[in-house]
Amino acid sequence: MARKIVTSLGVLSLILVIAALYMVFEYVPTEADEGIVQRIFYFHVPCAWIAFMAFGLVAVAGIFYLWLGGQIWDDLGHGAAETGMLFCTLMLISGSLWARPMWGTWWTWDSRLTSTFILWLLYGGYLMLRVMIDDSRQVARFAAVIGIVAALDVPVIILSVRLWRTIHPAVLVTRQGGHGLEDPRMVATLLVSLAAITVTFAWLFLVRFAELRMGTRLEALARGIALAEVRTGDI
Amino acid sequence: MEHFGYLFATYSIIFVAIFLYVVFIWQRQSRLESEVRALEAKLKALAEPKHESAAAEPGAKPSP
Repeated sequence: MARKIVTSLGVLSLILVIAALYMVFEYVPTEADEGIVQRIFYFHVPCAWIAFMAFGLVAVAGIFYLWLGGQIWDDLGHGAAETGMLFCTLMLISGSLWARPMWGTWWTWDSRLTSTFILWLLYGGYLMLRVMIDDSRQVARFAAVIGIVAALDVPVIILSVRLWRTIHPAVLVTRQGGHGLEDPRMVATLLVSLAAITVTFAWLFLVRFAELRMGTRLEALARGIALAEVRTGDI
Repeated sequence: MEHFGYLFATYSIIFVAIFLYVVFIWQRQSRLESEVRALEAKLKALAEPKHESAAAEPGAKPSP
């Protein structure tokens, strides 16, 4: 059953990605001010949405781990952080590639860019912690705390275009409160891209999560076998 | 088609990165499968001496 769901998600992801690419390169009209480079936006925004959602999932998993203490919550947080990190990196790279022709620079220490970069560093630290410490229980506790604290940066990033002076465009909801996508084809393209990236994330996350669960069970089994070997040796 | 290079680079990087992550997951999966095989072999080795001793003593009761 689980294998069927994962396979279906993989196929659906492929179909949606092809549809989204067709819409981005063929269907959607070119934006008047920014030109062709504005089409980066249709995958940049979904990558951001997924990164924030994944890091929210890490925080929820962290809370449940500290509360209930099951290894499943740690595996859930680990899988979400890893997949979220991929999309957070893609968000930063795609943003930088958009900024170069638009702002004339690859990077600027703008409030939204800086807060996003801080989020990327926090989750980089979260994943490095898992590699550096051997004690799995201690790692799970530290990771849960870091995951919860790091997720506090997500609302800061979202609100940064309203709270501080920033050059980052507010496209979905403009600073005046309206929405920035006037053409319905732009909205449709964004929605299909959003669905494509969301399903791709769900697919990658589920596969990775299943793998982490399997790894945890194998570790327990290996410990049991080692114990049995010691006992057999004693007899 | 000004700045098409940036657009092309963005989408190329996105799909190459996702592809590399899939490869990474697939490699981990292969490693886990080999771990499963190693554990199965260990389990077999642990079970075998019991069978041998049971075969050597036909009247002996099998251990629980």
